[in-house]
Amino acid sequence: MAGLLKLEVVTPVKYVVSEDVEIVMAPGTLGEFGVLSGHTPFLTSLKPGRINYKDSSGKERTIFVSGGFSEALPDRVTILAESAERRRDIDIDRARAALERAQQRLAEEKAENISFERAKAAMYRAIERIRIAETKGM
Amino acid sequence: MASLKEVQQKISSVKKTRQITKAMNMVATSRLRGAQTAMEAFRPYAEKFSEVLGNIADKAGGNASPLLTPRNEVNSVNIVLMTSDRGLCGGFNVNLMEAAEELMNEKVSQGIDVSFTNFGKKGRDRCRNNKLQITNQYLNVVGGKFGFNVASTSGQELIDGFLDGSFDEVYVVYATFQGIAAQPPVIKKLLPIPIIETAETDTDEDQPYLAEHIIEPSPNELLNEMLPKNVFIQIFNALLETSTSEHAARMKAMDNATKACNDMIENLTLAYNKARQAAITMELMDIIGGAEALKG
Repeated sequence: MAGLLKLEVVTPVKYVVSEDVEIVMAPGTLGEFGVLSGHTPFLTSLKPGRINYKDSSGKERTIFVSGGFSEALPDRVTILAESAERRRDIDIDRARAALERAQQRLAEEKAENISFERAKAAMYRAIERIRIAETKGM
Repeated sequence: MASLKEVQQKISSVKKTRQITKAMNMVATSRLRGAQTAMEAFRPYAEKFSEVLGNIADKAGGNASPLLTPRNEVNSVNIVLMTSDRGLCGGFNVNLMEAAEELMNEKVSQGIDVSFTNFGKKGRDRCRNNKLQITNQYLNVVGGKFGFNVASTSGQELIDGFLDGSFDEVYVVYATFQGIAAQPPVIKKLLPIPIIETAETDTDEDQPYLAEHIIEPSPNELLNEMLPKNVFIQIFNALLETSTSEHAARMKAMDNATKACNDMIENLTLAYNKARQAAITMELMDIIGGAEALKG
């Protein structure tokens, strides 16, 4: 078993996670990737989605990220996200409301508009949050 | 000399004012603490981000993005002016507005059009009164609780404006928090983004220099994604600093006001006692005079 690596998830308003973990899975723009200790230096942007990791006691945990950047080094992974929430911190009612709003906007806007793109992104974020929050156990 | 009753009324009115200034001082103190915490919470993100950005800028090289490229001819400038929504904070807003106006006058004298993006009611009102062009305004942000989305929405507007040629340069005027007593205004160029300092490689001499990063997608693409975020970060930072400064300035102003109230109350009490003593003496004189007369 490889050693532990330090996972740090940082947003402009707080440190979401700072702990030693066994493995991290994160949603890169070019595809999901996993990091174990000893990873080669790696820098990528992230899509909105989920970060899964196994903490030092072997428990699997999930965090939502709204996109951002990730830097992996042999002994640590730093994730810079505009917003990120642990599964238990997700506000599911808010996510549902956001989903509804986004769908409404998508129905009204024309596909060429920028606001269409923004609404689409908002919808993805909301769906991902709801999915994570509704996953039981872990 | 004012009558006893008048002095008494004056004292009680000053006491009421003091109650208010004291309460405002305490509110500002607690808000200041909150704002400072928010500033501290943001620091790790900002530091890490600029580290990664410096790293990437190194590899992308040169003028990879239009956001980095200065315009040959500058015809219009947008000034992002951050002030508070509310007054009663001493010279805080005036200092900021004067800094912005100085910058504006300098640009105008060079024949450049100037427009404003206003954060905060005070600056907005002043721009409006002076019939200046306001492209955007965001109220109820500074001094309150706000999220990163405020910075990204407003930042996106500025970037859009810069890219479509509405303005050739964007500056931000905000207050820096240097402690309770000093919140000097500063002017910072937001767009085009000034040259990014590349990551220093000689800082950790003990560590062997890490192998090149693998970068996905390409360094250029990643840089193009990070640069707008860098602008948002600058705005967010400026907002945090201005909010913290506002509370600090208000705290100080209210502290001074409370002290002034105390002085006034002291003086008025003195005047009141004097007047009362004079009245007593007068009455005594009357009585004594009357008694003397009766003795005859």
